[in-house]
Amino acid sequence: MPYLLTSILLSPLLGILILSFIPKEKGGLLQRIGILSALLPLLLTILLFAGFDIHSAENQFTENAEWFTLTYPVADAGGQLSWQSLPIQYTLAVDGISMPLLLMTAIVGFLAAAASYQVRRRVKEYFLLFLALEIGMFGVFMAQNLLLFFIFFEVTLVTTFLLVGIWGFTNREKAANSFLLYNGLGSLIMLVAFLLLFNQLYTFDMPTIRDHLAGTTMNEGLRAGLFFAILVAFGIKLPIFPFHSWMLKVHVEAPVPIVMIHSGVLLKMGAYGLLRFGIGFFPDLAPRFAWVLALLGLVNILYGAIIAFVQRDLKRMMAFSSISHMGVVLFGLAALNAEGIQGSIFQMISHGFISALLFFMIGVIYERTGTSNIDELGGLARSMPFAGGVFLTAAMASLGLPLLSGFISEFQAFLGLFLSDLKAYAAVGTLGLILTAAYMLRTVLRTTFGPIPERWKGLNDVETKELIPIAALLALILLIGIYPAALSDPLQATITDFLGRIGG
Amino acid sequence: MNMDFTQLPWSIMMPEIILLGTILILLLAELTRYRGEREKGDVLLPILSLLGLMIAMFSLWTLTGKVDQILNDSFRLDGFALLFKWIILGGTFLVVLLSMQDGNGEDAKSRGEYYILLLTAALGGMFMASSGDLITLFVGLELLSVSSYIMVGLRKRNIQSNEASFKYVVNGGIATATFLFGASYLYGLSGTTNLFQMAQQFAQPGFMNSFGTLVYAAFFFVVVGLSFKISTVPFHMWAPDVYQGAPTTVTAFLSVVSKAAGFAMLIRIFFTSFAWVSYQGGGTTRVILHDAAIYLAILSALSMILGNIMALRQINVKRMMAYSAIAHAGYILVPFAAYNNLMIDQVIFYLFAYLFTNLGVFALIDGVTRERGTEEIRAFAGLYHRSPFTALAMTILLLSLAGFPITAGFSGKLYILLGAIQNGNLWLASILIVTSVIAYYYYFGIIRQMYMRPGQTEAPLRLPTAVLAVMTIGLIGTLIGGFFPGQVLQWIQDPFSSNSLFQIFDGKF
Repeated sequence: MPYLLTSILLSPLLGILILSFIPKEKGGLLQRIGILSALLPLLLTILLFAGFDIHSAENQFTENAEWFTLTYPVADAGGQLSWQSLPIQYTLAVDGISMPLLLMTAIVGFLAAAASYQVRRRVKEYFLLFLALEIGMFGVFMAQNLLLFFIFFEVTLVTTFLLVGIWGFTNREKAANSFLLYNGLGSLIMLVAFLLLFNQLYTFDMPTIRDHLAGTTMNEGLRAGLFFAILVAFGIKLPIFPFHSWMLKVHVEAPVPIVMIHSGVLLKMGAYGLLRFGIGFFPDLAPRFAWVLALLGLVNILYGAIIAFVQRDLKRMMAFSSISHMGVVLFGLAALNAEGIQGSIFQMISHGFISALLFFMIGVIYERTGTSNIDELGGLARSMPFAGGVFLTAAMASLGLPLLSGFISEFQAFLGLFLSDLKAYAAVGTLGLILTAAYMLRTVLRTTFGPIPERWKGLNDVETKELIPIAALLALILLIGIYPAALSDPLQATITDFLGRIGG
Repeated sequence: MNMDFTQLPWSIMMPEIILLGTILILLLAELTRYRGEREKGDVLLPILSLLGLMIAMFSLWTLTGKVDQILNDSFRLDGFALLFKWIILGGTFLVVLLSMQDGNGEDAKSRGEYYILLLTAALGGMFMASSGDLITLFVGLELLSVSSYIMVGLRKRNIQSNEASFKYVVNGGIATATFLFGASYLYGLSGTTNLFQMAQQFAQPGFMNSFGTLVYAAFFFVVVGLSFKISTVPFHMWAPDVYQGAPTTVTAFLSVVSKAAGFAMLIRIFFTSFAWVSYQGGGTTRVILHDAAIYLAILSALSMILGNIMALRQINVKRMMAYSAIAHAGYILVPFAAYNNLMIDQVIFYLFAYLFTNLGVFALIDGVTRERGTEEIRAFAGLYHRSPFTALAMTILLLSLAGFPITAGFSGKLYILLGAIQNGNLWLASILIVTSVIAYYYYFGIIRQMYMRPGQTEAPLRLPTAVLAVMTIGLIGTLIGGFFPGQVLQWIQDPFSSNSLFQIFDGKF
C-alpha cells in the first residue's frame, strides 16, 4: 500500500473531521466515534507490521517529498561562503527500532481511547485533542527529518498541556504548567542542538546526518556539547533525575487515559531520542560517556525505588516507580551491546504496556472508591476479585516476574550492563530490583488483601467495557514474556547495524 | 542646483504621494461634514482611508527593488525600503479595518482626526524607510511620533489615555533629543547629512583611528534614541503605560507599524552609514559592525529578559502585550548583535510574522475586552465555550507569538536562531531560548483562561465583522508563514536580499 506511513500519520484526522461535525451534546456518539477513530491507525499499523521486513536494517516504507527550500550561506572547506538552496524534506520511514515503538503507540493509543469512556465532560474537545496527540506521537516515531521530528514533538507538548490542564484532577493547571515549562525548555534545547548540526552539515535529514557525523572532522568539543545537549533535552522527557519533578505532577493529576499515554508512550519519546540522536549520532562518543548514562540510570533506579517505597498514594507510587524503571532503560543504553540495547527497547515497550495497565487499574479503583490513598484502601480482592487479580498480575510484571514482559526486559538490560565494563553500576543497580519487589508487593497486597473496610464491600467488579484494555494489555504482557522473539526478531537486524557503528 | 523636476523619476515616491493625497481628501471631508454626522462617526472616513491605502499598495506593487534616488539623494527606494513599506501600509490597512467596528461615544467623537493621524503616522513611517539623509529621516520620525502622541491621547476624557499620552510625549522628547545628539555627532564628524557620503567619510584611511571613539559615541546615542520607537531597553518604560492607556487599535498600530518603521530607520542608519565601514586598527582590518555588536547584544538580551519576566506578573492583557512587545523587539535585535549573512531577511521575516500575528491578537483583544468591559486577562475566561472558533484562532495566534511550530512566529524564531548559531553567538541564543520558555507561561495563561476557567457568561460571543476580518487575515498570514516559510522567504529575497548587500561590501567581517 503506497503512502502507508502518511496514512497512519493522518488517519486520526479522519476522526477529527467526523467529530467536528457532531454536536457536542451527543456524548455517547462522540465517544464511540472517538474510540473507533483510534482503531483505524491501529489497524493500519498492524498492516505496516505485516509488511515489515524483519531481516533488513534499512529504513523501510520511506516516503519523501520536498517541503520548502531554504536559501542559506554554505561554507566550503576553505571557509568561503556561497549561497545555496537547501531543500527541507518531509521524510517518513521506519526501521527496526521505530517500528515496534510505533506499534506500541498505536496499541496504547487505542486502549487509552477505549479507557476514555471515563471522560464525561467536554467529550468532543477531549477526543479532538486526543486524536491530535496521536498524530504527534506517530510523527515522532516516523520522522526522518530533524525539523519534522521537532514539529511533532511540539504537537504532543501542546495537546498534552491541554489534555492535562482541562481534564485532570484538582491541581491540573499546576501540573500542566510544570509540564509545559520543563518540556518546553527541553525541546528548545533540542532545537538548538539540531540547528547547530544543520549549521555544520547543511541538512536536517537524519540518515544523512548520521552518515556525515560518522566520518566527520567536526570539532570534538562541539560534538561533546551536542551530545550533552541532547542528553539534557531528552533527559527531561525521560525523565532523568533531577529533571523529574514535572512528571510526578502529571502522573498524579492527569486523567487516567492520558496517564496511560504519558507513561506508556510520551516518556518513551525521551528514551527514543537518546537512542536515536544521542548514541545514534555520536557512536564514537557514546562509549566514552557511557558511564554518565549508567550513573544517571543508577540514580534513577535507586532514587525512584526508595521514594516509591514511602508513598501513600497509588499514583505517586507509580510515578516514582516509572522513574525507577526508566533507569533500567538508561542501563540498557549505557551497556552499548546487543543485550543492553535490546533490553532497553524491550523495557520501553514492556513498561509502556505494564504502566498503561497499572494506571488503568488505578483508574478503575479510583472510579469506584474515589481515592487512590493506599491507607484508605484494602481488601479490594474480596469485593472485586477479578480487578484485584489483574492488579496483582500487573504488579508482578512490573517487578519482573519471569514469563511476564518486565522480566525479560530488565534481565536483558542488566545482563547487557554486566557484560560491559560498567559491571559495578549493574551490581549496585540490582538493589533496585529488590526494592521494586518490596514496594510493589507491599502496595498491591495492602490494597487488595487484608481486612476490607465496611464501605468498600459493595463495589462492582470489572465491567465489560473495561475488559478490552485489560485483556489486550495482559495478552501483550504475556506474549512478550513468554515469546520474546515476537519483539526481538524485528529489532535484531537494526540493532546489529546500530552496534556496528559504535566504537572509534 | 540646476534640476529639472519634471525629469525626476517621481514614480518611486508614488505610494507616499497617494497617501498624502488621501490625507488631504480626508481633511476636506472632515471639515465639510456636519457636526451631527461627525458625532455619529460615519463610515465615510474609514472607507476613504482604506481606498487610499489600497491604491497606495497597488502603486507600491508596481515598484521593484531597483535602487533609485531622487531629491538630491535624500529619498531612496531600494529593496528593503520596499519591504518595509509593505509592512507599514499593510499594517495600517489592517488597523483601519479594525477601527471600523462601532465604537462607544468617546471614540466616535474623535473619529475624523483619528484616521487622518493614522495615515499621517504611516506616511512618516514610509519616509523613515526610504530616506537617504539624516534630515528626511528625522522629519519622518517626528511625523510618525507626533501623530502617535496625539492618537494615544485621543480619548480626551479618559484619564488613563491622558496619562499615557503625557508619558509618551515626555519619553519621546527625551528619546528624540538623544537621537539628535547622536546625529549631530555624525554630522559634525562627517560634515554631511547624507548617509552614504557619511560612510565614505568614515572609511577614509586613518579616520577611525583619530575619531573612532566619537563615532562609537554617536552610534550609541543614535541607537539608544531609536530604542524608543522599537521599545527596547533602555527607552522601553513608556510602553506598558501607553499600550494600556491608548485605544486598542492605536496600541496595535504602535506595536506593529511604528515598531517596523523604527527598525527600518535603525537598519538604514546602521547599515548605510557605518556598519560596514572597515578600517585599519591594531594591525588588523576591523569592521564597526563587529565592534558594535556587543552593545546591541546587551540591549537585546536585556530586552528579552526584562520584557518576558515583567510580562509574567501582568493582569491587564494590553499591559502584558506591551511587555511581550519589548521581548519581541529583543528577539528582532538578535540578528543585529549576531550579524550574519541572513540578518536583514531574518528581521524582515520576523516583522512580517509579527505583523500578522500581533494584529490578529490585538483584534481579538479589542473585540473581547470591549464585549466584557474589562481589560484584565480573565476577560478571556471560558471563551472556548462561548465561541470555539475564536478560541482556536486565538490559540494559534498565541502559539505563534510563543514560537510553536507551523506558525509564522516559529519560522521567524527559527531563522533568528539559525543566524545566531551561524554567527556562533551561543550565549545570546541561550537567552533567547530561556526567555522564550518563560514566555510560554504568560501566553499559555490566556489559553488557560480560554479553556480551563469558567467565564462569567456562557452566552455565544458575537464579535464585530471588523474584528473577525482582521483576525482571519492575521490567522491566514500566520499559517502561511508557518507552512510555507521557504516561499515567504523567497518572496522577501526577490526584491532584496542581504546576499546582494554583502556583495557590495565584499562580505568580509
